[in-house]
Amino acid sequence: MIPAGSGSRLPDAFLAPGTSSFTDFLTAQSPELLPSSRSLPQGNAGDLAPHGTTIVAATYPGGVVMAGDRRATMGNIIAQRDIEKVFPADEFSCVGIAGTAGLAVEMVRLFQTELEHYEKIEGTTLSMDGKANRLAALIRSNLGMAMQGLAVVPLFAGYDLTGDQGRIFSYDVTGGRYEETAFHSVGSGSLFARGALKKLYRDDLSAEECVTALVQALYDAADDDSATGGPDVTRRIFPVVQVITADGGRRLPDEEVASTADRVIAARMNRPDGPAAALT
Amino acid sequence: MSMPFYVSPEQLMKDRADFARKGIARGRSVVAVQYADGVLFVSENPSQALHKVSEIYDRIAFAAVGRYNEFENLRIAGVRLADMRGYAYDRRDVTGRGLANAYAQTLGTIFSSGGEKPYEVEIFVAEIGELAADDQIYRLTYDGQVADEHGYAVMGGAADVVAAYLKERYAEGASLEDALRLAVAALGHTANERGESSDRVIPDEDLEVAVLDRTRTQPRKFRRIRAARLSELLGDRGPGEHAADEAPEEPEEPGPAATSPEADQPSDPTDQVSGGMPPLESPVTGEPPIAPPIAPPNAPPPPRPDEPSGTAPAEPGPEEPDRPPIDPNDPLG
Repeated sequence: MIPAGSGSRLPDAFLAPGTSSFTDFLTAQSPELLPSSRSLPQGNAGDLAPHGTTIVAATYPGGVVMAGDRRATMGNIIAQRDIEKVFPADEFSCVGIAGTAGLAVEMVRLFQTELEHYEKIEGTTLSMDGKANRLAALIRSNLGMAMQGLAVVPLFAGYDLTGDQGRIFSYDVTGGRYEETAFHSVGSGSLFARGALKKLYRDDLSAEECVTALVQALYDAADDDSATGGPDVTRRIFPVVQVITADGGRRLPDEEVASTADRVIAARMNRPDGPAAALT
Repeated sequence: MSMPFYVSPEQLMKDRADFARKGIARGRSVVAVQYADGVLFVSENPSQALHKVSEIYDRIAFAAVGRYNEFENLRIAGVRLADMRGYAYDRRDVTGRGLANAYAQTLGTIFSSGGEKPYEVEIFVAEIGELAADDQIYRLTYDGQVADEHGYAVMGGAADVVAAYLKERYAEGASLEDALRLAVAALGHTANERGESSDRVIPDEDLEVAVLDRTRTQPRKFRRIRAARLSELLGDRGPGEHAADEAPEEPEEPGPAATSPEADQPSDPTDQVSGGMPPLESPVTGEPPIAPPIAPPNAPPPPRPDEPSGTAPAEPGPEEPDRPPIDPNDPLG
């Protein structure tokens, strides 16, 4: 599978000029490493593995923020309380995943390697649309498994250095790619989160306010969706928040997210439904 | 119809080695220097797009001299190997030693197989660890030998002159600024045949500089130092002098490995452009050439066209190794 570290020369395929895509190279060289090359027996495999749930993202002037809750469920069981579902894809983009957790994490790893591989071979990064299209291709190759219940639905966000703005892309299981304006959410709690964001989002938010709006939205999702985890105050488990600006992306430190979550919880002690929006 | 000629294995290997060494010495040098926070690479490379120093993986970098298309192939193979291993196992399982071994096997097999032209490249694979003591620089030569270098390493061009300069002045644990100044000064240092040395200031825009910097917060520690930051680090060094018109640098012509027709010396099977190249001593060891068997008088050496560099014409001694080991016209062959 992998050429041994010693004792053998690099196979000719490694030295052949050609593709700068890691996935294409793996397809030719070691297809068994690709998630898309596996075949499943007939039947629905959807109940076999944990599912990740809600991811939200929103843009603000100067950047984009993505946040994900920490719960993975298997039917009525909470499979994991502190799973991470938001990952940096490269320096200027991140990807959050809902759906079958195992496949999704593998797909994210492949996507990260794909972007880095291209960057190293070509000496330049892919454009924002190029990255979004590569992710669409990965999702599309998973369609067979999606039809057997192992769907992966990502949300992709990043800072577009050519357009100087944060951008968000959503996907469907067939690899359809849709650019979203302002904010979007995916996963089982996405309807509630999106409803909350509709009332909370303004286009002049600062980075901190944007993070607060997303934490509020995840709280609302957890409030009404059993598969979405709310802030766990006893275990101090809070959402993963990724902030991307023109200077690059970073994951907010846990203490910062914790203090934001604590403020949100304190306010909900007085008004459990969260901040009230103006009627007109 | 071709006749099979006997060529001794020693002669065959020597010819291949001479061929590769000559190609490597034609370009300009690359210097790798260990400093307090990692490893610094400096090379004189006027091209902004065709790099001699590149990233392979999180903590591993690659530098090469010689023929661009060949080392570019090796670089891409290294990126593929590293990414594939990191994807199949884990990022921490990609090591410089593994990569150096794969390169060594590849170069060694190509060098000793009769069917392929030996690669005219020399490579550094550098890896940084958590501490300066864990940093590694591997030097790989055209024939697949691996050497572990400490402190500093030089390859390509007049490597011995640059290395001698560094040997005198290198100090462990230097800051990036000091290490960079030293490396740039070493690259600008030249010596002629009479042992007189001269120093020139290489303009900032002709330098390719990159570091593996363990203080970087990202997992990927490789960073290029671009023109603005470079001028800041180097400070004022006086007016720059572009390199004299030496033999054309490989990265400027990344075409296929074609022989350039002009100024080809017919008596030398390995020669492509006869510049002011000294004859085929090893640039590393200075090992003298082994004289091939003297051809009988009925097969005079083919006439040699005037050399552009103006080498003294009546100098049969050092020119001897340039001749083919077996003359095809030789009835005794």
